[in-house]
Amino acid sequence: MRALNELNIGEEATVANMRCKSRRLRDLGLVEGTKVKCVLRSPLGDPAAYKIRGAVVAIRREDASQITVEGACHE
Amino acid sequence: MSDDRKVKIVLAGNPNVGKSTIFNCLTGMHQHTGNWAGKTVANAEGIWKTKDDVKVHLIDAPGCYSLEASSPEEEVARDRICDSGSQGVIVVCDGTCLERNLILALQILKHRQDVIICINLMDQVRRKGLEIDIEKLEKLLGVPVITTESSKKEEIREKLGKAVLDLLSEGDKNKAASKPSSEGYDSKLLDTPEVFAARAQSVVEQVVFAPEEKEDITLKIDRALTNPLVGFPIMALMVLIIFWITVQGANYPSDILSKWLFKLEQPLYDGVAALGASKEFCEMIAFGMYRVLAWVVSVMLPPMAIFFPLFTLLEDWGFLPRVAFNLDRCFKCCKACGKQALTMCMGLGCNASAVVGCRIIDSERERLLAMLTNSLVPCNGRFPIMIAVITMFFAAESSWKGAAILTAAILVGVAATFGATKMLSETLLKGTPSSFTLELPAYRKPEIGKVVVRSIFDRTLFVLGRAVAVAAPAGIVIWLLANINAGDASLISKIAETLEPLGAFMGLDGVILTAFILGIPANEIVLPIAMMIYMSQGTLAEVSDLSFFSELLCANGWNGLTAVNVIIFSLMHWPCATTLLSIKKESGSWKWAAVAFAVPLVMGVAICSLTAAMYRFFL
Repeated sequence: MRALNELNIGEEATVANMRCKSRRLRDLGLVEGTKVKCVLRSPLGDPAAYKIRGAVVAIRREDASQITVEGACHE
Repeated sequence: MSDDRKVKIVLAGNPNVGKSTIFNCLTGMHQHTGNWAGKTVANAEGIWKTKDDVKVHLIDAPGCYSLEASSPEEEVARDRICDSGSQGVIVVCDGTCLERNLILALQILKHRQDVIICINLMDQVRRKGLEIDIEKLEKLLGVPVITTESSKKEEIREKLGKAVLDLLSEGDKNKAASKPSSEGYDSKLLDTPEVFAARAQSVVEQVVFAPEEKEDITLKIDRALTNPLVGFPIMALMVLIIFWITVQGANYPSDILSKWLFKLEQPLYDGVAALGASKEFCEMIAFGMYRVLAWVVSVMLPPMAIFFPLFTLLEDWGFLPRVAFNLDRCFKCCKACGKQALTMCMGLGCNASAVVGCRIIDSERERLLAMLTNSLVPCNGRFPIMIAVITMFFAAESSWKGAAILTAAILVGVAATFGATKMLSETLLKGTPSSFTLELPAYRKPEIGKVVVRSIFDRTLFVLGRAVAVAAPAGIVIWLLANINAGDASLISKIAETLEPLGAFMGLDGVILTAFILGIPANEIVLPIAMMIYMSQGTLAEVSDLSFFSELLCANGWNGLTAVNVIIFSLMHWPCATTLLSIKKESGSWKWAAVAFAVPLVMGVAICSLTAAMYRFFL
């Protein structure tokens, strides 16, 4: 179990638990069981961009740290 | 189906799926589009005449991800989509990420059945090697599904026209059976996001066939643009190149235009005189109003006609969200939203329209931060001042050097934006940053012809029209001030004299301050006013070449410090009248317009006084 923001670029995992209060992320289809892949990181280290249901979405560290993922694997 | 009935169809979908393009294509209107989420900030309604002569009122709802609104924008979208007065909804989906797009479509289908699913961007779907089983999708969703791509206008009109016709005749049948189309929004109809997401996923698993995912070109470009070492330099270089082309390209057409326009002045004078007007009146019209007008047009039109198309190209391509992605950390430090980077970029074109664009920011506090600090990046009305001063004093010999200094000035403006945002978020607008999500859409090939035409007509001519509307009355006022004498001198030079001590303290002079004050309606007229006062003439000086202008300024005591401080003061003084009005309208209060007036002014006065003090101390 890791937090979403701990994924390295290229790693893919499945959301296990959403403690993040943001409705917006859930509207974007980021819910428990969703596969996410970390694809980019901003040059200043934060935010990072994740591939979620075919779209690339940037999420700040504060929000990503509230989301736990499991089964991380590097493709 | 009777023709007298008002047919109302809503166009809905996620942000940035090509809704506006489809809207424009159907209605023949020219709503602006750009490759980033939230470009359509206002609701648009247009008339679409289908092939079968049905007159449809097409309503473009702002893009949204869910019917459970979390911003005022989304509330509007939700109310439009669930409006029982409409006869149908076209849900536009991005075919390249159908799964995410279907979440909204499924929510809408919970509320009404008179829906057409329009899968757009099919050209990109093919390029990605995806295959979508349309028939199966229709069966699973129970509503018609059509596919479109932005470049095939005729096909869009044809397919959607036919689908809407079918929808309307279906609607008539239902009406006979007294089945209402929609009963408005009902949150009870919505399951949790998890349920919709799972359903979308299961649909997509059945209808979309994806090949083994290959590294796409978007990701490759993004790796470079967000690279810790070269990401920022690449972005700065792109800005530099745009300015170089603008500075380099604008000079020659500016000269031609001004020669041509000033030639018309005498005939205008003669024309008005022939009508029997007094000498003063003829002078006011020809040398007051018309000359200011001609000046504004010849100085502004060429750089705008070059800058706007270039900027629109970058915007259409998808560059702006990457700027926001790279800069978000800085905005987070200021407790602001990363999307402020997008409105900041829009400010380079026009601050007033950028203030309206701030609607894309969800949190009210963060939206105010973005609006109040927007005028710290120079707009197109201020570029001419900066370009002229830089060219005369620092880069007469090389346009690269000019572009580099201009880029540096923009970076100062960006830094000032961060400073002011931080200051405001620790004083007037305290709060914690809300969570932030930003979509990074795939890069799209801009349609060059469309970009050029649109940026000229929608942006250049719009901004120019506004400037002209301001310049004409301003020309009359300035002429009056310059020609009405109080004692031994004109009113305008009296004002300049009064302001002289303050100006001198700031490393400027009274004339420059007077020019900025009279330039409140539009910054474009600041330089011409200054020049007019220097020449103590009653009319704007007729000069097309900068070397004469630069001699004049030096003769009036300008030096390197004056030039630097004029550049700083044009970056930071007050927003123009139109921008202030927009801020009042968007925030609903004059109080915020007053703050927006004061913040850059205090910064500008402070910095100019500081550089002037340092100059006096060291030199």
